[in-house]
Amino acid sequence: MTKQETRGAVFQPTEKWLLVALGTGLAALGVRGGPGKLGLGRLALAGTGITLAGVALRGTNPLGTALKIRENAQGETLVSDAVTVGQSPEVLYAVWRKLENLPALMSHLQEVKMLEEGRSRWTVKGPLGDVSWDAELTADEPGRRLAWQSLPGADIWNSGEVLFRPAPGERGTEVVVRLTYKAPGGTAGPIIARMLGQEPSQQLRDDLMRFKREQELGFHPTTQGQSSGRSAMPASGGNK
Amino acid sequence: MKAVIWQSTNHVSVEQVPDPELLLPTDAIVRVSSTAICGSDLHLLDGRIPSMEKGDILGHEFMGEVVEVGKDVKTLKVGDRVVVPFNIACGVCDPCKRGFYSACDNSNPNHRMAEALYGAVSGGGLFGYSHMYGGYAGGQAQFVRVPFADVGPFKLSSALPDEQVLFLTDIFPTGYQAAENCQIVKGRDVVAVFGAGPVGQFAARSAQMLGAARVIIVDRVPERLKMAAAAGIETISYEDVDVLVALREATGGRGPDHVIDAVGMEAHGHGPGALLDSAEQKLKMTFDRITALRWAILSCAKGGTVSMPGVYGGLVDKLPLGAAFAKGLIFRMGQTHTHRYLGPLLSRIEAGEIDPSFVITHRATLDEAPALYKTFRDKHDSCIKVVLNPWGQATTA
Repeated sequence: MTKQETRGAVFQPTEKWLLVALGTGLAALGVRGGPGKLGLGRLALAGTGITLAGVALRGTNPLGTALKIRENAQGETLVSDAVTVGQSPEVLYAVWRKLENLPALMSHLQEVKMLEEGRSRWTVKGPLGDVSWDAELTADEPGRRLAWQSLPGADIWNSGEVLFRPAPGERGTEVVVRLTYKAPGGTAGPIIARMLGQEPSQQLRDDLMRFKREQELGFHPTTQGQSSGRSAMPASGGNK
Repeated sequence: MKAVIWQSTNHVSVEQVPDPELLLPTDAIVRVSSTAICGSDLHLLDGRIPSMEKGDILGHEFMGEVVEVGKDVKTLKVGDRVVVPFNIACGVCDPCKRGFYSACDNSNPNHRMAEALYGAVSGGGLFGYSHMYGGYAGGQAQFVRVPFADVGPFKLSSALPDEQVLFLTDIFPTGYQAAENCQIVKGRDVVAVFGAGPVGQFAARSAQMLGAARVIIVDRVPERLKMAAAAGIETISYEDVDVLVALREATGGRGPDHVIDAVGMEAHGHGPGALLDSAEQKLKMTFDRITALRWAILSCAKGGTVSMPGVYGGLVDKLPLGAAFAKGLIFRMGQTHTHRYLGPLLSRIEAGEIDPSFVITHRATLDEAPALYKTFRDKHDSCIKVVLNPWGQATTA
């Protein structure tokens, strides 16, 4: 996968015509009964309807644009992020290449099960429950790049690649991840997921930071379980 | 144990809370022998720093004795006497390796919160300073958990009393870094410091140590100006004069070669800008009141440095960037890379170049902390710096 032209989230045909129908309906409700009955409320209703239909006809979901959700010419949502890790490309590639290890690094990934012939079954936590698919590697360049793609029959069609580029100045490796997925629910899917904090771009950021810390520290910093004024105190009032 | 707890804006209290425990094998537990209230804690009291939660243990200036170490701690042992930098650093990421400890990539478990507010990067964790900065429990307590125990805590071998070394945790290095950031040309450069609070006092004395030809400090509180004057620092009270005119006159019309803003986001000050900031802050239209920063930019000589140890929290309004651009100013700012300075500044203390305890005006027990937060904020009772003994029995402040 190389860099490609991107655009805002374009309504899928069903979404588009549903919105146009809804907008026209509202507008019709607003102007029903002729100009004589046109009060402020009805005017607002008609205005909303016309705006809705207009937005739908223009084609790009403005919420998606506001949330910076991008997609490619095929209407697949694009997600990418990068992190610099203080390790060599070879070491990081090797960690990544053992696909079955990835769930330990990435909190949103439930399981990767190796199947025959370079195929694997992936399970992730989605906003509406677990989603799984079978995938195959489409590129494997040791120390440089891995790419994969879901196989027919996947719940969510997706593909991705991870690049390992030496960072200038002996700073380790720039790990770049690019994903594409065909969201369920048209343009609304990624928008709702984003609002729930479950959109892949947010998960990816978390996971890349986890990956970096796992490689650089070998553990994750935490305050879980620390003392605070919120902790329940024994009746004796503590030991001091 | 006892600890100072943030309850809500304008409300801190001392509570009994569970003793801290090791959470990771690289942690240590320190029994706190002395701790201090920092000027930046007052921003928390005032509710100016987002992401504080009821129940948070405050405090980031503390020292004491190591009483427990995790199994992966290599350099620290039980019984070691340590000062602990206020910022938490992992020691292995790229910023840490380059000495930018406060910009640590890895020590803030809540990096996402800071990224949401400040963009795609987050600084490292801090003790007792909001969840955005990691949510780590602070050291205004009898015990404290210290993560990355091999990286932060600095072992003391000398017998210097707590009061002389406690401020290595924050305000002395913070003032020193502010002066160092000015790249002072010895015997030539004039340095002005806005704000004669504890950091301003250390910044001014550090500028002297680094060879400034003259150091001028600006404040309005007489006892703060007096403290600086005692060290041969020139003083200007901005209540009495037009500070920009006074600085021009003091420097033959050039302006100070470098200006240190040791005030930060809650400047008082006069003029329409100050009134506007105050109104906007109340209406939540701006985070920060920036009179000191405006004065710093407007007074600074051409090609000079505006060095900003004072804390800023968010967005600012009416920043005279045109003046800064016209004069070709250099801006240096940020949290202190405390870890860098512990050894060198301890040497200066041992050599008698400075005795940091000069800044202490109040000594008290932990129980008296809530009252002293307000005394310090309101600059009552000539308060400049408060040191707390977590084990002391309550007497009078």
